[in-house]
Amino acid sequence: MDIGKEVVLEMYRKMHRIRQFEQKIKDLITAGEIPGFAHVSIGEEATAVGICAALRPTDRITSTHRGHGHLIAKGGDLARMMAEIYGRRTGYCKGKGGSMHIADFSLGILGANGIVGGGIPIATGSALAAKLSHKDDVTACFFGDGAANEGTFHESLNLASIWKLPVIYVCENNGFGEFTPTASATSVKDIAVRAKGYDIPGYVVDGNNVLEVYRYASEAAARARAGEGPTLLECKTYRWEGHVVGEQAFITGSYRTEEEVARWKARCPIIALEQEVLGSGLIKREELERIAREARDQVEAAVEFARQSPMPEPAEAGEDLWVE
Amino acid sequence: MAQLTFLQAIRAALSEEMERDPSTFILGEDVALSAFGSTRGLLERFGPERVRDTPISEAGFVGAAVGAAMAGMRPICEIEIAPFIYCAFDQIVNQAAKLRYMSGGQARLPITFRTLYGAAGGAAAQHSETVYPHLLPVPGLKIVVPSGPADMKGLLKSAIRDDNPVIVFEHAALGRTREEVPDGDYLVPIGKASVKREGRDVTVVAIGAMVPRAMAVAAHLAGDGIAVEVIDPRSLAPLDEETLLNSLSKTNRMVIVDEAHLRGSAASEIAATMAEKGFDLLDAPIKRVAALDVPIPFSRPLEAAVIPDEARIAAGIRAVLG
Ligand SMILES: Cc1ncc(C[n+]2csc(CCOP(=O)(O)OP(=O)(O)O)c2C)c(N)n1
Repeated sequence: MDIGKEVVLEMYRKMHRIRQFEQKIKDLITAGEIPGFAHVSIGEEATAVGICAALRPTDRITSTHRGHGHLIAKGGDLARMMAEIYGRRTGYCKGKGGSMHIADFSLGILGANGIVGGGIPIATGSALAAKLSHKDDVTACFFGDGAANEGTFHESLNLASIWKLPVIYVCENNGFGEFTPTASATSVKDIAVRAKGYDIPGYVVDGNNVLEVYRYASEAAARARAGEGPTLLECKTYRWEGHVVGEQAFITGSYRTEEEVARWKARCPIIALEQEVLGSGLIKREELERIAREARDQVEAAVEFARQSPMPEPAEAGEDLWVE
Repeated sequence: MAQLTFLQAIRAALSEEMERDPSTFILGEDVALSAFGSTRGLLERFGPERVRDTPISEAGFVGAAVGAAMAGMRPICEIEIAPFIYCAFDQIVNQAAKLRYMSGGQARLPITFRTLYGAAGGAAAQHSETVYPHLLPVPGLKIVVPSGPADMKGLLKSAIRDDNPVIVFEHAALGRTREEVPDGDYLVPIGKASVKREGRDVTVVAIGAMVPRAMAVAAHLAGDGIAVEVIDPRSLAPLDEETLLNSLSKTNRMVIVDEAHLRGSAASEIAATMAEKGFDLLDAPIKRVAALDVPIPFSRPLEAAVIPDEARIAAGIRAVLG
């Protein structure tokens, strides 16, 4: 599959945006400037971006507690995301949701989710809606390796299989569910093999290789649009940071080694793409540097927007419950 | 007696009961490493068979606790954050609560469920809810909500020894509160309220993290010559109606403070019981001070507007004093 220069550049741009955004969130929480807690996805950018690059604007996604990357990959506005995480009324959810609940329905982002596995049936239903309304939109469903042990995962794959629903189940296997290594909580080495039990295609994908993720996602999307049903993609990746920013403050002991983290950092998905495109002569270094700079500026502007934005008024707590 | 935090009190109760009864074991998500600290150190002491990490699969491991209990074990099942109970609702409501009755008294279900509940600042709707009202109407479940370290230890030990399913709700904001806790075999009976402060003007019934809040208000109002009696029911099911009615017969006025959403809250249930059994004792309508009927919002000013604070509790008290 030939991937055009524009697509590659856009993927590079999105990965940088995610990296910069997440790094900023980490710094702001560490500095005590933003409240609450956040799960960042540094190191996992290629999966979010490779999947969403294969989607159309009308396609939909469901996301997780570790959702910033998915939202940015699907086109989420950094300023409104940042404002939400700051709890401001200019945020995507007017301060009601926070980091774990950002949504932008106009972009097909049906929302991050605080419940592990909570988004999987929702994605399935979104795909059912596309089918029932005779649209060829697909839904990409992001979830973690931990979520693949929830009943919702199994029930959803079965439903999507028997109804041949246009959904791509994207398992981001980042090695851990909280502080538990995937291997000690999961019956299989490759979650992709669980697809067999539901008679759908399942593939192990290098989740740190954005071009590979993009290829698999494009193929799965094409199958879905053609009415051939769901696909399970297990993208193997790694969470560079803790489960939650600041976890060192409350957990004792460690659940992984420095060497393991270093090994994965050496496989940085952004650097991997740089090497690939520079090596092939497709794109020049200056162009990449400009993109990285732009991402930094966009994130700074988002922080500025959030800082300048007002907090919600207490009375706003009573709004938005009902369709009036 | 030693000064213990809420979390240390939980650890003391767990390790004492596990020492005492080899049929006890802990299961739940990340109980070995213990994200919130309540099971810290237990793995080292009791080993991975009895301090058992589960996959993220609430329906599965809650159900496994039910099955293990029916087959003779005494499981202590941790559900990390209370709203995740909804993922295991069937196993708790349809199975654990009903199996003894449906089997004509054959099944024995000595399970303790422990879970972190409540708003502690910025965790948003799916992590901050006060969940116990959903379980209050379920016959066959005991519901316990300790408000401080000593009660925590005594109630948790009683819950573990109880031969019926007990759910212990531990407020997320109370972890570091500290007080004197009796050493060793200190048991607080389930179903017995505690009068936390005596007063003759008004009875304030407060639940969980609302207890310290009500105590602060009571101390403040004492300066205005208002003598508030603060009662912590400690257990919502069964409810110690007698202690509440006794207090009401002295004060003739009652405010109930509950972090749950107002509609269908524990406060509503208590108010109905008091109105039914204590109508003649009342000089004013009972006042419920509870969360607004919206999901708990993320942003701090919104969360603060939804959860009862000292100002709302004080206003409730003044309202019943007329
Ligand atoms: C139903 C439910 N159970 C438990 C949790 C607590 N929790 C939050 S994230 C998490 C780990 C999820 O692991 P995984 O699905 O692999 O995603 P990752 O965090 O690795 O991205 C857990 C257990 C939750 N939010 N929801």
